[in-house]
Amino acid sequence: AAPLDAAPGRYVLDEALTPEKDVTGYNNFYEFGTGKGDPAANSGAFEPEPWSVAVGGLVAKPKTFGLEELLAFPLEERIYRMRCVEAWSMVIPWIGFPLASLLDRVEPLGDAKYVAFETVVRPRQMPGQSGFFQPLPWPYVEGLRLDEARHPLTILSVGVYGKTLPNQNGAPVRLVVPWKYGFKGIKSIVRITLTDKEPPSTWNVSAPQEYGFYANVNPEVDHPRWSQASENRIGEGGFFGANRRPTLPFNGYGEEVAGLYAGMDLRVNY
Amino acid sequence: MPPLPALPRKYHAASVWLLYIVGLVPAAWGFWLGATGRLPGNPVKEFEHLLGLWALRFLVATLAITPLRDLLGVNWLRYRRALGLLAFWYVLMHFSTYMLLDQVLNVSAVLADIAKRPFITIGMAGFVLLIPLALTSNAWSIRRLGPRWGKLHRLVYVIAAAGALHFALSVKVVGPEQWMYVALVAALVAWRPVRPRFNRWKRGGGRARLNEA
Repeated sequence: AAPLDAAPGRYVLDEALTPEKDVTGYNNFYEFGTGKGDPAANSGAFEPEPWSVAVGGLVAKPKTFGLEELLAFPLEERIYRMRCVEAWSMVIPWIGFPLASLLDRVEPLGDAKYVAFETVVRPRQMPGQSGFFQPLPWPYVEGLRLDEARHPLTILSVGVYGKTLPNQNGAPVRLVVPWKYGFKGIKSIVRITLTDKEPPSTWNVSAPQEYGFYANVNPEVDHPRWSQASENRIGEGGFFGANRRPTLPFNGYGEEVAGLYAGMDLRVNY
Repeated sequence: MPPLPALPRKYHAASVWLLYIVGLVPAAWGFWLGATGRLPGNPVKEFEHLLGLWALRFLVATLAITPLRDLLGVNWLRYRRALGLLAFWYVLMHFSTYMLLDQVLNVSAVLADIAKRPFITIGMAGFVLLIPLALTSNAWSIRRLGPRWGKLHRLVYVIAAAGALHFALSVKVVGPEQWMYVALVAALVAWRPVRPRFNRWKRGGGRARLNEA
């Protein structure tokens, strides 16, 4: 991870940042293994450069963006809460730019309703993608509705903690959607496709009764196997600190995003 | 197979006490790491997980004593009570960590979990069933209960199955580690109906015939 400059962003929080060692050491990135320490331990051989992201589908001007072009977008720091579907959370200083700026460049067509994302497949560099036991089908895919993708809170992140993204955090470019569970934040993106149909999402395909397409943070809708009403803030208080805190609707971003879901039953569209 | 060198009889009692002490080392070590901020990430979950895993390991070890004697002729029966009780202490610590450190004594959340989440219901059932076994793991109870003691302690098969299932159902993707414990418990339980026939065959000279061949 190399130093990366960014302007202070519009979004800050008056909550303590999660220590960098936890942000970069406690990760879910099954391409590198299912343990929380696996991504940091097993991603050393991964090569995030050179890199390009092919953006196409229902757009007027399909384009493949090289990493240099992505880094040339005006970068800002965004301090966001990150709520994992496993009921833990962090506060993370991302560096990135609004996904909307990238979408503007390719000019989505009128019938584009969704945005589909795809992670790289590199079994030689990603041990979770090779061998006898593979926890998920590859490539990892995710999707957003176009209005969600264009929301100003939604960013493509290229850095964290003042540096380019470490491999375990989804180098060199990943999605961050702070009002949704962390698994929506697809990592190491190689393809972005505008579509007119709801695209598949890896966890939704893998266990539809447990993970929905929307995956908005919602303390009222439990995961079948655990409550989502509260969360463990990582890196706070250790063993004895009362580090369990109530989970906020839309992860605390309800004022900004609740309107996107007006009239929808969020118990059904979880 | 050559017999293992036997432990002199005078060390038997001491070796059982040593097992109790060594058996509690993982819990003590994990607690020290967590309490002093040396467990990375989510220390409470790490500790909770460590305790659950060791509980399962001690359950497997408890169930392994009989097949080891049948198959390898190693008699470690003297360690079985210690292994079973260690499993009980680990399950108790696992539950206490969940209750006190993880859910911070939110009793209604814990009750809701036990009622609503099958993997927690199953784990809790295993814990409850372990209590009578732990309470009767002493010479006095064995004398007092007579043949009923053996019947009561067959519950350990159900408990071990509950433990393995609890582990497998708790994870997002069932992986090799969970399958290993499910398979181990299944094999150890499945040995029980097979063993009378196997031991008859062994006594009836099956071994001699095998050696000649």
